[in-house]
Amino acid sequence: MSTPEKEPVRAPDPVTPVLTRRWTSPRSWSIDTYEQLGGYSSLRTAFAAHPDQLIQLVKDSGLRGRGGAGFPTGMKWGFIPQDDGSGTGPGAKPKYLVINADEGEPGTCKDIPTMMADPHSLIEGCIVTSYAIRAHFCAIYVRGEALHCIRRLRAAVREAKARGYLGTDILGSGFDLEIVVHAGAGAYICGEETALLDSLEGRRGQPRLKPPFPATSGLYASPTVVNNVETIASVPAIVTGGSDWFRSMGREKSPGPKIYSISGHVERPGQYEAPLGITLRELLELAGGMKDGIPLKFWTPGGSSTPLLTAEHLDVPLDFEGAAEAGSMLGTTAVQVFNETVSVPWAVMKWTEFYKHESCGKCTPCREGTYWLAQVLQRMVRGEGTTEDIDTLVDVCDNILGRSFCALGDGATSPITSAVKYFRQEFLDLIASQPDVERLEQLTDVKLAQRTNGTALSGASA
Amino acid sequence: MTLTPEWNVTEETPVPEGHVRLTIDDQLIDAPKGELLIRTCERLGIIVPRFCDHPLLDPAGACRQCLVEVEMGGRPMPKPQASCTMTVADGMVVRTQHTSERADKAQQGVMELLLINHPLDCPICDKGGECPLQNQAMAHGRADSRFVERKRTFPKPLPISSQVLLDRERCVLCQRCTRFSEEIAGDPFIDLLERGANQQVGIAEDQPFQSYFSGNTIQICPVGALTSAAYRFRSRPFDLRSTPGTCEHCSSGCDMRTDSRRGTVLRRLAGNDPEVNEEWLCDKGRFAFRYLGSGGRITRPMVRGTDGELAEVSWTEALRVAAEGLLAARAGAGIGVLPGGRLTVEDAYAYAKFARVVARTNDVDFRSRPHSDEELEFLSAHVAGGAPDGAPGADSVTFEGIENAPAVLTVGTDPEEESGIVFLRLRKAWRKKGLRHFQVAPFTTTGAGKTGATVLHAVPGAEAAVVAEPGADVLAALGQPGAVILVGDRAAESPGLYSAVSGLAARTGAAIGWIPRRAGDRGAVEAGALPTLLPGGIAVTDARARTELERIWGVGAGELPAEPGRDGDAILAAAASGALDALVVGGVDPHDMADPAAALTALRRVGFLVSLEIHSSAVTELADVVLPVAPDAQRSGSYLNWEGRRREFGVALDATGVLPDCRVLDTLGVEMDADLFTQTPAAAAGELARIGTRRPGTGAPTRPAGTAHRPGPGQAVLATSRQLVDDASLAVDEPALAGTARRPYVKVNAATAERLGLVEGEDAAVGTDRGTITLPVALADLPDGVVWLPTCSPGSHVRPTLGAGHGDLVGVTPVGNGRVS
Repeated sequence: MSTPEKEPVRAPDPVTPVLTRRWTSPRSWSIDTYEQLGGYSSLRTAFAAHPDQLIQLVKDSGLRGRGGAGFPTGMKWGFIPQDDGSGTGPGAKPKYLVINADEGEPGTCKDIPTMMADPHSLIEGCIVTSYAIRAHFCAIYVRGEALHCIRRLRAAVREAKARGYLGTDILGSGFDLEIVVHAGAGAYICGEETALLDSLEGRRGQPRLKPPFPATSGLYASPTVVNNVETIASVPAIVTGGSDWFRSMGREKSPGPKIYSISGHVERPGQYEAPLGITLRELLELAGGMKDGIPLKFWTPGGSSTPLLTAEHLDVPLDFEGAAEAGSMLGTTAVQVFNETVSVPWAVMKWTEFYKHESCGKCTPCREGTYWLAQVLQRMVRGEGTTEDIDTLVDVCDNILGRSFCALGDGATSPITSAVKYFRQEFLDLIASQPDVERLEQLTDVKLAQRTNGTALSGASA
Repeated sequence: MTLTPEWNVTEETPVPEGHVRLTIDDQLIDAPKGELLIRTCERLGIIVPRFCDHPLLDPAGACRQCLVEVEMGGRPMPKPQASCTMTVADGMVVRTQHTSERADKAQQGVMELLLINHPLDCPICDKGGECPLQNQAMAHGRADSRFVERKRTFPKPLPISSQVLLDRERCVLCQRCTRFSEEIAGDPFIDLLERGANQQVGIAEDQPFQSYFSGNTIQICPVGALTSAAYRFRSRPFDLRSTPGTCEHCSSGCDMRTDSRRGTVLRRLAGNDPEVNEEWLCDKGRFAFRYLGSGGRITRPMVRGTDGELAEVSWTEALRVAAEGLLAARAGAGIGVLPGGRLTVEDAYAYAKFARVVARTNDVDFRSRPHSDEELEFLSAHVAGGAPDGAPGADSVTFEGIENAPAVLTVGTDPEEESGIVFLRLRKAWRKKGLRHFQVAPFTTTGAGKTGATVLHAVPGAEAAVVAEPGADVLAALGQPGAVILVGDRAAESPGLYSAVSGLAARTGAAIGWIPRRAGDRGAVEAGALPTLLPGGIAVTDARARTELERIWGVGAGELPAEPGRDGDAILAAAASGALDALVVGGVDPHDMADPAAALTALRRVGFLVSLEIHSSAVTELADVVLPVAPDAQRSGSYLNWEGRRREFGVALDATGVLPDCRVLDTLGVEMDADLFTQTPAAAAGELARIGTRRPGTGAPTRPAGTAHRPGPGQAVLATSRQLVDDASLAVDEPALAGTARRPYVKVNAATAERLGLVEGEDAAVGTDRGTITLPVALADLPDGVVWLPTCSPGSHVRPTLGAGHGDLVGVTPVGNGRVS
């Protein structure tokens, strides 16, 4: 989705948009517009402060990572070992800031619109963050398919450099920074931060063994902060507005504004900025309600890797705690909405095919598990499922969850286990609508007979 | 191996320094900090199933088979942990599959997933019967599969080199092979391709898996995905007869296992010897054994008849003829003995004793390669007597010494080509322990690159000057405790080099390790198969020790010759001129000598020639009597590897009617009325042990440094050295191995190429008045005016063709090959 929402929504939320406030301005991506609307004003405030004060500010703001895991951002920055003057150890190495712009979680569409509509907010955030962690090189790793976005970002970097916001001695502060916009090659796994770092180094994008963590041994084995686009784009506002202002939005443990990408069966899908903790009921109102009034069946709070929820969960507060309490996760706040016309096994199959396609292959559970799960689901949807298949699906998921090398494998199980949890009967009904055979391979014969005789061998009993 | 004091740990026993205390399956254990859980479990006898884990490779955590439950600080970790990547910590509580249902379920789950795409072709798979997947599936897997979908398949097999075949559908993607190639061998020619279930091991287009160590990937593959082209479908593991042994190819003395079936060796595998080859073998050691059954094998004694043809005769007849001829020669001008460098200690000892007691001469020299008097002095001063009790002496360099050395200077050998396991250790030391490696060589070889070597470029012939003054940096590095100088036997080709090495060691305090290329050289020094040395490091000129030896040998006082004998070249010259009437020659290839033409002339002219050989050769063609001897597989004995470590081995194949050299010489001695008491290798070894070991006590060599020739127009100085896989006589009949040989080139630097009119990729002719070698030109960082040729590779048999060697002047001309540039 390359065109941002026409109208940043105000009512019924009292909060003025923060992250999306420039999106509807003319040529919002240009540095002129950005500066006119107060852009780059946080830099002088930032440079006037000691880097450690900035880290403290972000800690105080309670900003949590917007890439899915919700790790406290200030704490992450604080992990970067700083030079103790000994000239040895990780602190003596160069530090790097790497922006994870490899947005690829199904349903997620917040970083690419941000970079399309407001690239300078990211760049400004990168400058402040780099100053805080004392990095002089920042790489923005953008999903390769988002070509237009990469162009716009590169143009923005050029503009910023021309205005003296990048390069050497930025605004006379003595601080130097270069930003490189790197195009990934379109692999979901490269959104995993260590796989992203390997890919950025020119290696095969597969997750690294941790420890060592990127904070001490990240890009080129040097201390590295890897943050999501939206996280870093939030930083200038915190510097300008202060941590208390930031905390006035959202909830106690999940403060601040957030971009919710709403897709699926709603009247007006798109990006909606709201304070963390908004409910689906409220979001649906913003998005004009369910499309054609067809009732909601199920939805994901934060992309396909977060367990799906149902109409029971309309009033779950969508922040990190609220989603977790409901048995799901906030993820990337990619709200995918499905109405009653959608078959759960079919949707789950499509998601699982995605994970099978995107599994990097490094570890057994994810590589083999997604391969297996996809085939079972395809067979079920094809009308050849058995009741044992449901148990097999759940057990294979159990053998993947927590056993795989990185979170991709865990995420692949979420749609299946949650779908079986809430919609087991639908799976059973699908199976029951099929001929009853002793062995799977007999189904082929039954179907053949149906086609040739025109008779339905209805032995189907649930 | 270091054993940590883990036994009988109770709450009361103190935790040793640098250790942590943890509980595994309710047993307390102390483990060194940083140890991987899976290793700690092993020490307790708890085997956690695994595929990607290998103790000599960096942890990967890829297969997820080794999951265990871990509790830290009283809090169970939410997910089962891979014990191959998690290090021990104080107070950790670990539950493996034996005490945790969760761990057991996790392992069974992973096993089931590993098997869904694995074919059920165990009955025709090479690995079936010795397969970690098969074994662990039996121990930790489900009896039946719930997987009823389509398995992933691939076209098969995929040859990733001439010797390694890949069946991708069997692969469990543990990355052992790719990690081995990248980490251990430094030949990252195989890597993972594609992703997800399509992920597979593969090679780049038109770039096969060209590594001298590729066979190890077959051995460490935990499934049957990588198989050996030479062994594929030849046998089932349970039909094989396995014999532990020692590799006969180079001086590393690798521990290995010989697997045979119905009297034929079918394969060889690396043994596990942490002190020597760890768990690796080079491909030559692994694959070059077909000579055992080659058509050229000699199994019956032969005597040259009056018609000039060799004819098979009985042992009695052959020995009678040999004894007669040798007795006549002994009564005449004398007998020379050339044992060759491929003998066991026991055989070399038999030759050494045969020379002194039967032939009554010191004209004995095992060095079937270019050699010098300087080398004799060097061997006496720095090598002989350095292996008391068949183990490296306190001042000897060892593999472990290399691994822990702060700095190593290598000269006269390119370890990757000439001593593969030394190369692997150098690489390990460089990767893991910060070794600084300096290599004196004419150019940066691939092995130098993979061991992080700083190359000290030397013009052939002038190496001594470089070693004498290697620069302040090298001197400082070698001055550190534990620093090592490794010198190969090619040092004999450069005058003054051994002296310079000796001097550098004295100046810096670095220890010297002598790394000859052949397996038997080191042992032959101790066995006294040299003109200046008797067995046990006794100098020929040492009257007291000689008297003692006469007593042990039971020969009359003063009967042993007291004057140093002729060296190999002098023996051949004497044979050619009639100053010797007979030669007894062991496994010597005249083409390996400094001047093959002179050697062949000598063999032709000598009055009487006895050859002890395993296969027909240039020597047997000229011999009056040919006595067949046993190859390693059909004999027992031991080598001393370059460290001075005794490497024993037993009989691997039925040896009925096949006799080792020591037995043949013993019987021949009896025919000549002298008893060697070397009927068996054990008897020979026992007697050598009684002689004991001492340093000869002679001074270090102090020969002047050589200088390089100055090439005239159209000329260059020749540098030459051997490649691991080449036209070696023990590598015959193994096309799969030969297929991984490095392509021979004339190597030259860009400026010299231009001066000589050579073009990269086009042919150049390197010639002398005797002959010409024509090979394509490759550019390398050689010094100006130097060309390099492989010594014994296809199309490049330097010594027989050119009659020239390292440091000699050769003519170099471009050969137009019709290409328009």
